[in-house]
Amino acid sequence: MTTTTPYTAPTGEQEASRTTAESSTAVRRRRKDWQGWLFTWPFAFVFVFVFITPLVYALWLSLFQNQLVGGNSFVGLGNYVTAFQDPSFWDGFGRVLGFLLIQVPIMLLLAMVAALAIDSARLYATGLFRVVVFLPYAVPAVVAVLMWGFLYSDNFGLTASINDWLGGTVLQPFARRWVTASIGNIVTWEYVGYNMVIFYSALKTIPTELYEAAEIDGARGWQVVRAIKLPAVRGAIVIATIFSIIGSFQLFNEPNVLQPLANNVITSSFTPNMYAYNLSFAGQQYNYSATVAIIMGVFTAVIAYVVQMRGSRKEDR
Amino acid sequence: MSTGHRTINVRARTGGARRSFSVTRPPKSVAMTLLMVLFLVYALVPIVWLLVNSTKTQGDLFSTFGLSFGHTFALWDNIVATVTHDDGIFLRWLANTLLYVVVGAGGATFLATLAGYGLAKFRFPGRGAYFAVVLGAVAVPGTALAVPTFLLFSQLGLTNTPWSIIIPSLISPFGLYLIWVYTIDSVPTELLEAARLDGAGELRTFFTISVRLLAPGIVTVALFSVVATWNNYFLPLIMLTDPDWYPLTVGLNQWSAQAAGVAAEPIFNLVVTGSLITIVPIVVIFLLLQRFWQSGLSAGSVKQ
Repeated sequence: MTTTTPYTAPTGEQEASRTTAESSTAVRRRRKDWQGWLFTWPFAFVFVFVFITPLVYALWLSLFQNQLVGGNSFVGLGNYVTAFQDPSFWDGFGRVLGFLLIQVPIMLLLAMVAALAIDSARLYATGLFRVVVFLPYAVPAVVAVLMWGFLYSDNFGLTASINDWLGGTVLQPFARRWVTASIGNIVTWEYVGYNMVIFYSALKTIPTELYEAAEIDGARGWQVVRAIKLPAVRGAIVIATIFSIIGSFQLFNEPNVLQPLANNVITSSFTPNMYAYNLSFAGQQYNYSATVAIIMGVFTAVIAYVVQMRGSRKEDR
Repeated sequence: MSTGHRTINVRARTGGARRSFSVTRPPKSVAMTLLMVLFLVYALVPIVWLLVNSTKTQGDLFSTFGLSFGHTFALWDNIVATVTHDDGIFLRWLANTLLYVVVGAGGATFLATLAGYGLAKFRFPGRGAYFAVVLGAVAVPGTALAVPTFLLFSQLGLTNTPWSIIIPSLISPFGLYLIWVYTIDSVPTELLEAARLDGAGELRTFFTISVRLLAPGIVTVALFSVVATWNNYFLPLIMLTDPDWYPLTVGLNQWSAQAAGVAAEPIFNLVVTGSLITIVPIVVIFLLLQRFWQSGLSAGSVKQ
């Protein structure tokens, strides 16, 4: 504490009294250590009820088998062995893996292009683009799929109009070979703006001095993007990738809502999550359903962990 | 506060002092703007389609071009038909959605604010484990928990009641994390110690001082919780069998299945208009609270 008045003694006294006060509160805090739980117990209570308990229950369920003859019996890891040999499970798993390897990079690349364009300060009406591209995120997945389902439909969609115009059936969004791509388009539409805002927010935190330094060094356009912007948003890219991995492996809403429109193509095991859902609610195979859900949870956590580790290791270098 | 510091940055980068072009003040580019127009069109086509087609009669829906208006302007008729169909079940779904949003998202915001603040400002036994478990839970696919949660709830007799939707909505690990970041940034420890010296209890200090400082963070968490609850589909789909408790998302999907199914009932105009009514409130909230979702996402992505 600095002061220009000649009366320094009182200030010194004040400071001294403040330090004793601080140390006494520190002691008091140490004694009242448990006060943090005053604020955190309600969350913890509900969390245990809706997160921990179901998780433990799912693990428990996956170790049993329920049959008409013999009832409930312990089968150890039997359900897991069955799942690893189940072509329906692998069919869905292969589909979401492909989705992850194709749709996620395309979506994140588009999001990065949009974020860089908006951050470049070279656009007319920047604010308009930022808001409108983000807007689809606010649209419920069900409504998004219904809208795209209409656009895709042969009856009154844009697809029908385009096909009429071109003659023949050039676009077939619900054909077996295209339906995954059609879903990929819907997911991209929903989340490209969300990822763009994540990237854009990270770009915004780059200090202006860095750009000025780059300017003095004669860096222009692309060089600035490569040398300053992309390294600065690496953390945001890791986070967006992890969210996208989780989203892809959980794929359910889009194929489930689209199913009535593409009945023979979107099967009950189209994605692992749809498989788990249908095993439970159409087949009453709760034990096996829990097993599939747990396997997908473990896969997701492992891949997310690897991405996180690789991402942060690069950051250290 | 993070927003304030960012505004200064913006001003520095776009400030009008220098006239010449530079890295921080480049010339406007028509080509790049056109590129972004493509993004804009992509984002807007389905929404414009919805707007245009909610004004059409069922006949026009099938017979006229998707992005042009029909022969008759039937928006009002469609709205009336939507809210009166099946004894006004749509309004019931709207009321249910509001109930789930107010109690579920409101409760989620409250719990996340208390817990995020508690974790940021107190050293208590079990704090490290608490934080690790909650953040680790983000990586667990929510749907992996759905089936066991359903079985658990059905044993407790909670399925097919509003509680089955509200209770799981109360937990937002992302919200807890955001409030934790906000508290570290904007609630000075010295201020809390001063309040303690004055003899104020921890809860009183929280409700009279800290809550005000945390207000922007709380609004952000509330906004994201509202969107998550309003858009929730999977949870109500498995928990509810009684249409009287459906939220809008599940109800609309049921109408859509009715329209496209085997025993098709031609209510496409209701599905289209109902979809429009479903997205209008949430889009309006987003446009009004722009500042908050941007600062929220940046806090979430930058710290870590």
